[in-house]
Amino acid sequence: MPFDVYLNVAVGGVLTGLVYGLMALGLSVIFGVVRVVNFAHGEMMSIAMYLAVVLFAAFHLDPLIMMVPIAAVLFVFGYALQSGLINPFITRPEHSQFLLLVALAIVIVNVLLIIFGPDARTVQTAYAYDSYQLGPLIVDAAKVYAATAALLFAALLFAFFRFTLVGKAIRACADNYTGALVVGLNVNRLYALTFGIGAACVGAAGAMMTLIVDVTPMLGPSYTLLAFVIVITGGLGSMPGALLGGLLIGLTEALAGLIFTPSAKSMFAFAILVLVLLFRPQGLLGRKAA
Amino acid sequence: MSALLSLTTVSKRFRGLVAVDAVSFDVPEGALFAVIGPNGAGKTTLFNMIAGATAPDAGTIAFAGAPIGGLTADAVCRRGIARTFQLVRPFPALSVEDNVIVGALLHRRGVGAARDHAQALLRRLDLFAKRRQLAATLTLPDRKRLEVARALATGPRLLLLDEVMAGLRPTETDRMVASLRDLNRDTGVTILLIEHVMRAVMALASRVLVLDHGTVIAQGAPEAVVRDPAVVQSYLGAETE
Amino acid sequence: MAALIERLTDDGSRRTMIWAAVLVAALVIAPWVVNDYLVTVLIVILYLAYTGQAWNIMMGFAGQLSLGHAIYVGLGAYIAAFLFTRFGVGPWVGFLAAMPVAAACGAIIGFLAFRFGVTGVYFAILTIAFAEFARIGFDHLDIVNAAAGLFLPVAQYSHNDLWRLRGDPTMFYYVILAATVVVFILCRVLIRSRIGYFWLAIREDEEAARAAGVDTFRCKLYAVMISAAITSFAGVFYAFFYNNLFPEQVFNISQSIQIILGPIIGGVGTLFGPILGAFVLTGLAESLNSALTALGLDLPGAEQVFYGVCLLFVVAALPEGIWPWLARRLGIAERAG
Repeated sequence: MPFDVYLNVAVGGVLTGLVYGLMALGLSVIFGVVRVVNFAHGEMMSIAMYLAVVLFAAFHLDPLIMMVPIAAVLFVFGYALQSGLINPFITRPEHSQFLLLVALAIVIVNVLLIIFGPDARTVQTAYAYDSYQLGPLIVDAAKVYAATAALLFAALLFAFFRFTLVGKAIRACADNYTGALVVGLNVNRLYALTFGIGAACVGAAGAMMTLIVDVTPMLGPSYTLLAFVIVITGGLGSMPGALLGGLLIGLTEALAGLIFTPSAKSMFAFAILVLVLLFRPQGLLGRKAA
Repeated sequence: MSALLSLTTVSKRFRGLVAVDAVSFDVPEGALFAVIGPNGAGKTTLFNMIAGATAPDAGTIAFAGAPIGGLTADAVCRRGIARTFQLVRPFPALSVEDNVIVGALLHRRGVGAARDHAQALLRRLDLFAKRRQLAATLTLPDRKRLEVARALATGPRLLLLDEVMAGLRPTETDRMVASLRDLNRDTGVTILLIEHVMRAVMALASRVLVLDHGTVIAQGAPEAVVRDPAVVQSYLGAETE
Repeated sequence: MAALIERLTDDGSRRTMIWAAVLVAALVIAPWVVNDYLVTVLIVILYLAYTGQAWNIMMGFAGQLSLGHAIYVGLGAYIAAFLFTRFGVGPWVGFLAAMPVAAACGAIIGFLAFRFGVTGVYFAILTIAFAEFARIGFDHLDIVNAAAGLFLPVAQYSHNDLWRLRGDPTMFYYVILAATVVVFILCRVLIRSRIGYFWLAIREDEEAARAAGVDTFRCKLYAVMISAAITSFAGVFYAFFYNNLFPEQVFNISQSIQIILGPIIGGVGTLFGPILGAFVLTGLAESLNSALTALGLDLPGAEQVFYGVCLLFVVAALPEGIWPWLARRLGIAERAG
């Protein structure tokens, strides 16, 4: 196969990977701070995707613009979820919390199935078939926009955690729970806030994703697993790691789909997951558990 | 007579902190050997290395003549070293009897034989009446006795007790001391214990080792060690005038 | 025989065993008393009770959370079906062939996980990854027809062929009933055996278990292997009962989740939990389906939503499951579970 094809597919993969990275960033933030393994992550993303689909179908609103309100809706959802359902279980064994979210995931997927049916929905924006040409490189405009939006969102998030007071408070909770309590931080509220932020990431990523893929309810579980692969590969609790992991997985997926068959592409993601879990459980950029 | 347990320049560091610094000592068979020292002196780390919970960075640990440094905890137990934990860890949802049976099954294939042995040990440690109770419902002193029973069930030659007197009232402490002394006398099991409760140390130990900042600052007979000026300064404190 | 019964009914749980015997008797005569549809429902219940008990060995006894148990069902199903369609080998021999393969698969997963210290939720994710890997893999495996599915020849049989598992639902009913009872007895024997004690110790506190001399690596590995081998029979049953296999369905994560629902709702780590859970869950699901049909509603996915809500409720309100709560109410004690 000619080199350009590889290049184009690779670049496409990297761009998609950035959106994956944003999704995984949400998971990393949630796990890094609240220490909850959010098994409903992909399902939350599919809620966002369906919101984008509905808004587009009804009002022709571009998902990239709707990214903000959708993220806001998911923020509220995440906040409510953490304070209402998860927080009361913070002292339970970790597999209890995990199963709680598994249950939630099942409910979400099937409610979406009931409402929207199993058929794929798409968002056909005006620029859906546009592409940019750069020498031998041909890239989908939609992917470029989505990737740019993802980067912007991620940058905003980094800035939030670095420079704002609330962001620093959240990082304090993550570093030292008891210490945070001692200095008077309202940890419960910060946890809810963090979960909301993580959900907002997923919301934004979902909106962007509708530009790239067709939406079905079964995407939820696939994205959950993908998010875990990315976060574990990149390093739990590491925000740059999530983005890097997303990039890597997006790239491998795209190339694997090209070299082998497209339907087998997620096999590679799983193979990577197994390898990482075995040989470098802290991931590429993560810190080794003390 | 060669020692049952022999440590030679054993060291352990955690990142920048040297927890145990070239410690050497011997524990003769049948001894009641106490390790004392201020908090953070490295006592539990030392125990963990002997018991196989962590591996030493340097030095050798020999048990009955064979090196055991780096073996897993269960392998060490099979060799004949049993331990208790500083923060008691019985199996909460299992009954008292079942807790001990787990230990007894190490050297016995049949559950019946294990149960008989477990019940004998429970009688010795005054827990027979409570054998059907769930471990989680026991009081702290009883939980400590349960852990000792479970450790003994594995048929050890060396018993490591990590602050087994902590949290016990004086009467309970005396009771435990008596049990341990009887155990040592009747079965010949060597006991190595970390202790802060000096009452127990003086009543029980035949030899004392003092650890401070990871190094041995004194060892010998209890009466001599407690009068050693270095020990008094770092740990015991002097009588106020 | 007397010794076996003695072993099964020791220390005061004689009452439970009597209840269990009554239940089994009721189930034995059920096909004569209820209609065909209910027989199929009972088959589903017993299938779930069977797989639930198999899963319970890993989770309830040894404390290892597996969310990828569908891989063992799939392996059992495909190996037995393949041997039957290709070589005419009967399902019982097929099971003998599938069992070691499933056990080996479990051994690989377990070895990798335990050797490298993958535990808890990460172990669960690892099991999911392996199951998904198998699903996609079999989707591309032409020798078993890949995604198009593997079909077993179905012909009208004048009589029930137990050897080749061809026949009417009643035959299948008794097969799965017998299998469930056998596994129940096996679980009971295991939990009171030497390894059963070790498993419980590991479940309670793995580090303390090691300090007490338990070879936790070996014991966990055995739990996984035994659980896997037992589960593979469910796959064989599945293949010969439904007569069609699609990787998409057999290896699907929803299969894995369905397997865990019974034990979690009924009570993980108990002997009766998975069975009770299977009855309650399927019973309620069937009622839901009937209600929906009566209302003229066709909601694909409603049953799954129901399962999700049940799981949510149980994890939130009755974390130990229904059986321990029920047992306390009825004054029945179930030992060490």
